[in-house]
Amino acid sequence: MGLRILLIDEDAARVTALREGLADSGYETVGVASLTDDLVAKVRDLAPDLIIVDMESPSRDTLEDMRRITADRPRPIVMFVDQSEDNVTAEAMRMGVSAYVIDGLNPGRVKPIIDVAVARFAEHQKLRAELDQAKMDLADRKAIERAKGALMKSRGLTEDQAYRLMQKLAMDQNQRLVDVARTVMALAQVLKPER
Amino acid sequence: MLVQIGFDSLETRSVTLGFIPLLDCAPLIVARDKGFFRKHGLDVMLLREPSWASLRDRVALGVLDGAHMLQAMPLAATAGLGGLKVPMLSACVLNLGSNGITVSTELWDQICAVDAKAANDTLATTSALAAIVAERRKAAAPPLTFAATFPYSSHNYELRLWLAAGGLDPDRDVRLVVVPPQQMLTYLTAGRIDGYCVGAPWNSLAAVQGVGRVVATKGDLWENGPEKVFGVTRAWAERHPNTHRALLRALIEACVWLDDARNHGEASALLALPGIVNAPAALIEALLAGRLFVEFDAPPRIEPDFIVFHRYAANFPWRSQSLWTLDAMRRAGQIGPKIDCLSLASQVVAPEIYRAAAAELGLSAPTIDDKTEVTHAVSWTLNQATRPIAMAPDRLLGGRIFDPSKFDNDAPVTPTFMQEPS
Repeated sequence: MGLRILLIDEDAARVTALREGLADSGYETVGVASLTDDLVAKVRDLAPDLIIVDMESPSRDTLEDMRRITADRPRPIVMFVDQSEDNVTAEAMRMGVSAYVIDGLNPGRVKPIIDVAVARFAEHQKLRAELDQAKMDLADRKAIERAKGALMKSRGLTEDQAYRLMQKLAMDQNQRLVDVARTVMALAQVLKPER
Repeated sequence: MLVQIGFDSLETRSVTLGFIPLLDCAPLIVARDKGFFRKHGLDVMLLREPSWASLRDRVALGVLDGAHMLQAMPLAATAGLGGLKVPMLSACVLNLGSNGITVSTELWDQICAVDAKAANDTLATTSALAAIVAERRKAAAPPLTFAATFPYSSHNYELRLWLAAGGLDPDRDVRLVVVPPQQMLTYLTAGRIDGYCVGAPWNSLAAVQGVGRVVATKGDLWENGPEKVFGVTRAWAERHPNTHRALLRALIEACVWLDDARNHGEASALLALPGIVNAPAALIEALLAGRLFVEFDAPPRIEPDFIVFHRYAANFPWRSQSLWTLDAMRRAGQIGPKIDCLSLASQVVAPEIYRAAAAELGLSAPTIDDKTEVTHAVSWTLNQATRPIAMAPDRLLGGRIFDPSKFDNDAPVTPTFMQEPS
């Protein structure tokens, strides 16, 4: 029997890509939820076996509570990482994918689905980065490269992590990526050890 | 000119910390923007997190070095409740107070129709609510739904305490759900929930928008009870003892600064920004000063200790307070008798690290790890401290006392706090 999958993601393009990817691998997506939906009702009505959720979604806190629900559901929902010891799920979380499953579901059935999700998230990330790249002019790109280098050096991050950190700061502060990069460079100058 | 003495001992000067957009993330924002981190040799990057689950996971995975946390979070993570089982610890409380319970204006009208005294009496409100629940059951109406922000949160436990005060069983008589803070107003307006417990500014915001009535503050439930903590993993703390203490010194200094009324205007301007709390600065300034909006178009309620950042030994990580929270977790059915609460609390709170940081700042700190919670009806003085510390009332709704020395891990618990002999 196929597993019923619910996706929670605000990024419409990524949802489409993920849905297609899952369908290609023979998995059925029974629903998509966004922040404005009544998530508790949706989970009750759709009864998914597995929920793939963007790490950035505030809805995660609602899902964390469903392990406790007994009146609405016969079995609680748990974070997939509870069930599996290996680093794969931790790696998935670093890629921005978190997963919740019906308690007791065999981890072997879930992992291939998470692999598909991680692959699609990574692809989407790359596409978005390329699109951003194309939009930027040369000077901006240089500033961002330099800030990325500074972050990699000072914080021991990989190139991708440094880029994502700046993207997140830009989103949080409603700034353009290049403005964040300039701030990072300015701070790096100020905070340089005076020796 | 930066004072550089001692910076060489820092294991790292670059630190990344997470926070959730709530008023009580203020110590982190102020420590960064007013230069307290820099003063202690630290280059701190702050990241706003979309959910408590994400914040917890990123600390557990080492993406964040530490964070603004719910007091129950390091306890839950250490016990392996939800998510990765990662030992965490907290050596510093960031604030007292600042939570509240809001109900929809419809439910408020019903409560007032049952008992007009509800407007200024918390126990009258909860009794009236119990009467409404009983009526609904008789009419076979669906149960009322209340929301908290996270399963392992003071908001969940305070909501349960409030419901139980009126004689309701939080697990049987109402439906409890979790809704992210930013979504609370939307849910309330859409009628998906009838009320919620959340941190500032999301209660007063509902009042000023006319969609809800604030029926209780944390002060009504547990006067000057601890709220957020600064949490790190045990592994990080062991590898970075000096950086950890430098962070605590900066945060404590930010808390002292925040308690000074002259700084409330500046603090509210920093916190109001879209990337931080994203709420009107005037509202934040009023809350910092203890002026709470509880009802649409009504004068604010004055509660000087609505949010406390440093006074009353606020930053000290009392083990007895973590034990109280573990007791609340037992009552909520989140932990069973297999978990030894006293040993778990002792692993998670780190009072000795706080004392070292306070001593480095020349501030007084308690010399005991536990105190009898919720016993003081008036201001009092803590003499078991390096210098006596002025303390505030700490009553619990319904007047129950929590004596950590009498804590019995094996005693059966009920979901309520009220009906047992103390």
